[in-house]
Amino acid sequence: MISVEHLTKCYGDFTAVKDLSFEIDEGHVYGFLGPNGAGKTTTMNIMTGCLSATKGRVRIDGHDIFEEPNQAKKLIGYLPEQPPLYMTETPAEYLQFVGEAKGLRGAALRRQVADVMEQTKIEEVRNRRISALSKGYKQRVGIAQALLGNPKVIILDEPTVGLDPIQIIEIRTLIRELGKTHTVIFSSHILSEVQTICDQILIIAKGKLIAFDGPQKLERQLLAPGEIVITADMAEEKIKEILAETEHIAEIAVETKDTGLTVAHLRTDHDRIYEVSGSIFSAFAAKGEILLEMTLKKANLEDVFIELTESNMDTETEGERTEKVAEITKKGPMTDKGADET
Amino acid sequence: MIAVLKHELRLYFHSLTAYVFGAFLLAFVGIGSMLYNLQAAVSNFEYVLSFGCLVFVVIVPILTMRVMAEERKQKTDQLLYSLPITTTQIVIGKYLSLLAVYLIPLCIICLYPLIFSQFGDVYLLTSYGSIFAFFMMGAALLALGLFISSLTDNQGFAAGIGIAVILLNYYSVSLSEYLSSTSFGSVVAVCIIIFVLGAVVRYLTKSEKLAYGIGFILLMVTAVTYYLKPEKFEGLLPNLMTKLSLFERFYSFVNGVFDMTAITYYVTVAAFFLFLSVQSLEKRRYH
Repeated sequence: MISVEHLTKCYGDFTAVKDLSFEIDEGHVYGFLGPNGAGKTTTMNIMTGCLSATKGRVRIDGHDIFEEPNQAKKLIGYLPEQPPLYMTETPAEYLQFVGEAKGLRGAALRRQVADVMEQTKIEEVRNRRISALSKGYKQRVGIAQALLGNPKVIILDEPTVGLDPIQIIEIRTLIRELGKTHTVIFSSHILSEVQTICDQILIIAKGKLIAFDGPQKLERQLLAPGEIVITADMAEEKIKEILAETEHIAEIAVETKDTGLTVAHLRTDHDRIYEVSGSIFSAFAAKGEILLEMTLKKANLEDVFIELTESNMDTETEGERTEKVAEITKKGPMTDKGADET
Repeated sequence: MIAVLKHELRLYFHSLTAYVFGAFLLAFVGIGSMLYNLQAAVSNFEYVLSFGCLVFVVIVPILTMRVMAEERKQKTDQLLYSLPITTTQIVIGKYLSLLAVYLIPLCIICLYPLIFSQFGDVYLLTSYGSIFAFFMMGAALLALGLFISSLTDNQGFAAGIGIAVILLNYYSVSLSEYLSSTSFGSVVAVCIIIFVLGAVVRYLTKSEKLAYGIGFILLMVTAVTYYLKPEKFEGLLPNLMTKLSLFERFYSFVNGVFDMTAITYYVTVAAFFLFLSVQSLEKRRYH
């Protein structure tokens, strides 16, 4: 569907995107993940024809974005980071303009405008000035604009930034809905967001692609060690005493909370995490002590992300980088760096 | 193109700009016709237009200042870039909308000679010839304003530069009388123009080699010409300023001459600045 080949973009001396290549297939939700300044927006701008590339090419369904911009752009709906809205217009007028610019006329235009308004739930504000709308509604109008003309691919640049939690949930639900009928690519620097919505994740840092896989796979491949957190109403020594018999606990770190409760972080092997949690439970039960809370801390994308981006920072050459990623991938459970920072 | 045109018109009439533009133009021409046609009882409507020219200095920048600058500031230009329309279509659509806004008050002005002809002998041919030239001159100035607006994301700046440039053009003939007409003076002026041109080329293309190359070649040509035929530069600058004046050419219409070269000049100026606007928009994609 979309193929990006050896994309490079330089702003003067600064290289924003460095030799980026990937392929995107039809009918998935893709998350484009990276820290601020990683080159997400630049890549998206190039993919949608808003920016030229210094080197490399982008093809949408076989149409080169630079050589056949009109055919390629018809296949894409794009919502830039700041929704490109004309504040003095109403959503209805705005969508009419975008629809006309995308080549829709007459009944087809009216039908599509009505459809996208329904899809993004903005019918009730259709005749209000865009400047008077809330941020969430503005974002929806922006998404509605991208949906016009029924493009195969929808590209959204940080669609949830600056919204309140309820609006974020609504936008995420909308993205998931869209993913059923379109190929959706959206960028974010929020990991949990990408994790919940996407089928495929592209991680980019310093203008380079450092990982491209499903969220479960990425997680499984790069698991941080398991950690069990228990809370009990007793002294530190007592906890240590109870757990002395339990096997496979590598390390115990105990802290006392202001509430008077003691929280212990138990480090263990990830593969045996349930086995260990079971024995902890029985150890407490055997002594007749009360375990107030027990949580299994699992690895999440955050760890994957930090590990991948950090390992990428200190490698210089492309070859070394791929080796390192492969190494990490093989190694499975790794040092406790990732888990500590969550 | 049609979509952009319709959309721009809607934006103009949503805000006050179109109304302010029309009101200013009508007020100025109205005052002119009161002074000339009513109080002084002159039957030539073209004099009113030659008086009314001055209003362009203010109203053209007011109308054109936001046309590109605002898109850039509100980041709506990203939408235009991502839509399946070419930059040329965007620029032409916007330009046509400017012309449409300009034509509305002009249509009302077209009625004036007819009204006056009810009460006296009005020479309609020169009147309407002048109105046509007035339209063409305005069209050229609007293209200039469009280009200036495409250079910046600050409306105020676009308006300021627009007023300065149009004012300079308006007074260029009077100013040219004070300029040195010696060949040396002209050479100095030509060199300054070459430097400015080089700076503009550098700004637009971001290519130092190209800018220096063009500057160097032009300077060499100037130097060689000055060395071989210094008399070529005699009075060059004042002549150039008179020739470039859009307003000076309009006065020949007022004097009753339908000057085709002037019309061609206006069309060329408009096309030139529209071309530059397209390049300026394209350049932003290649920064």
